[in-house]
Amino acid sequence: MKVVLENLTKTFPNRKKGLPDVTAVDNFSFEIPDGQLIGLLGPSGCGKSTTLNLICGLIQPTSGKLWFGDDDVTYLPPEVRGVGMVFQNYALYPHLTVEKNIMFPLGNLKGAEKLSKQEMKDRALEAAKLVQIENLMERKPSELSGGQQQRVAIARALVKLPRVLLLDEPLSNLDARLRLQTREEIRRIQQETKITTIFVTHDQEEAMSISDMIVVMAAGIIQQIGKPQDVYDNPVNLFVSKFLGTPPINVFEGTVKNETLYINNEKVLHVGGVEDKDVWVGIRPEGFVLKDDGALSCDLVTVEVMGRDISVVSTHPATVNASIRSIISSENHDTITGTKVRFDVKPSKVHLFDKETEERIYYK
Amino acid sequence: MERNSFKGWLYLIPAFAFLGVFMVYPLFDVFVYSFEEGYNSASQTFFGVGLYNYSYVLHDPYFLQAIKNTLILVAITVPLSTGIALLISVGLNSIQKFRDFFQTVFFLPYVTNTLAVGLVFMILFKKTAYTDGLINIIIQFFGGNSIDWIDGPYWAKMFVLCFYTVWIVMPFKILILTSALASVNQDYYNAARVDGTSRWRIFKEITLPMISPMIFYLIITGFIGAFKAYSDAVAIFGTSLNSAGMNTIVGYIYDMLYGDSGGYPSYASSAAIILFIIVLTITTINLLASRRNQS
Repeated sequence: MKVVLENLTKTFPNRKKGLPDVTAVDNFSFEIPDGQLIGLLGPSGCGKSTTLNLICGLIQPTSGKLWFGDDDVTYLPPEVRGVGMVFQNYALYPHLTVEKNIMFPLGNLKGAEKLSKQEMKDRALEAAKLVQIENLMERKPSELSGGQQQRVAIARALVKLPRVLLLDEPLSNLDARLRLQTREEIRRIQQETKITTIFVTHDQEEAMSISDMIVVMAAGIIQQIGKPQDVYDNPVNLFVSKFLGTPPINVFEGTVKNETLYINNEKVLHVGGVEDKDVWVGIRPEGFVLKDDGALSCDLVTVEVMGRDISVVSTHPATVNASIRSIISSENHDTITGTKVRFDVKPSKVHLFDKETEERIYYK
Repeated sequence: MERNSFKGWLYLIPAFAFLGVFMVYPLFDVFVYSFEEGYNSASQTFFGVGLYNYSYVLHDPYFLQAIKNTLILVAITVPLSTGIALLISVGLNSIQKFRDFFQTVFFLPYVTNTLAVGLVFMILFKKTAYTDGLINIIIQFFGGNSIDWIDGPYWAKMFVLCFYTVWIVMPFKILILTSALASVNQDYYNAARVDGTSRWRIFKEITLPMISPMIFYLIITGFIGAFKAYSDAVAIFGTSLNSAGMNTIVGYIYDMLYGDSGGYPSYASSAAIILFIIVLTITTINLLASRRNQS
């Protein structure tokens, strides 16, 4: 099921009287192709949960339209939209067994859709098998681990065969190990069922690793939509470049003069077609190359060995980060000595942003 | 470790001493008195030891009347007050406007003096030389005959007592239930809404089980409170409860000790032990039922 958001806007009245309304979701327009896994990504308070609730139907938009395929569902109540929702805290009914929890949505079917007890049990078992919890059916939620509860919540959302599956911060209550496992699990379930799935997260790694497409949001405004790798490689503004990637991008103050980029008066890179101005320079950690006569001179702080790579931590007067982190292949380990390191940069890993607007400046 | 536990006991001594002297010892004493025939508290003497006191109390028509009154009161007011309180709490929980206002209104009886409320009920129900009372005026307006609620037929007096009791115990129950309802995580309701669950099913299968510990708490304390009813009856019918036929078990105990027919601590002790056994039995049954429900 294709999901289309058309100028969707949601404003909430301000709690303090007299102040302007708060716009949680500002004029969202994008299309989610059928059968894809979409990550809504942004820091807390950026409106991603509100967007999910709008799609779910728990809240109504102030203006704009929402389409599921060719159906206008903007003002439909959630139950007729055919959405399955997994809540951040799972919202499993604590007094019901796993089986009864999964069967709960089926008990609401009326008229011709009404199922017999046996049919409901069969459907619940089918959903449980999909998430591999069929041996836990008689347990109560309190007797399950976090990961198992998560699976029950997904099974309960899937049992009524929704057209769209919505996940609100699905991994935030799990420990790091389980998080890795579960995100692969979500990917597998999504690919098996082919249900259009939208999930919300503030963890960029999580979003990048399993999404077909990510929507990066900030302060109720969409910053960028695209395939995870594209967004990472071509961020449209400073916010997106800083939000994606671990370790984060290194940001410097720089100047462009005569199509040449200077950082701290050191000539770093030729940038064709850029007019003379002050810029923000974002360099990905993997964009540094160790070189004795490199353009960028940094004060070495420490070298962290991570096995496959080493991480060189250094400082530079022009950076706005606390320190510069560069990821270098560990084969060059021997060459790092003394108090200074010099780097060259890879042009494809260097992004320029306007000092004022923070929009991307492209160069040849 | 050894030292710490010694300290722990040391700190508990004041509480233990206090409870021992003012709670445990009297309880034990009442138990002893209940078997001592004709005990006189002034001379500390008694005739003999045996079950005569129990036999006397259980054959006393006033005591049997008190038991009957108390049981009727318990059977009617506990389910009724809990049920109505639940309805009002759910109602309060689902409105936005005037919620605080209504909450205050419903809580007022709790902070109002029992005897002041009794006075209001007098105005509502009592027949005097000047007026038949507000309720009778209303009944007459609709063409009915006025009823003597305070000195009239047994059912009318019982109705007033039950009405009064329900009204007076409700605020506390509403307070407990509204806070229990407010503490149910909104996500459960959202999840149920996404699945298109009807309001009735949400109430029956989500809300009720979630607040059931609180409901059981209210039922248990409600039973205990209703069995100990006394001041309510006095507020409406005055202190001569036996002659009004509206005495309660605790009222009977009081009368045996201090009332016009008083001066019989042995009989009072036996009646108190009988009440204790009734309350203990009912509370045990309640607890077992709530435990079965929870597991």
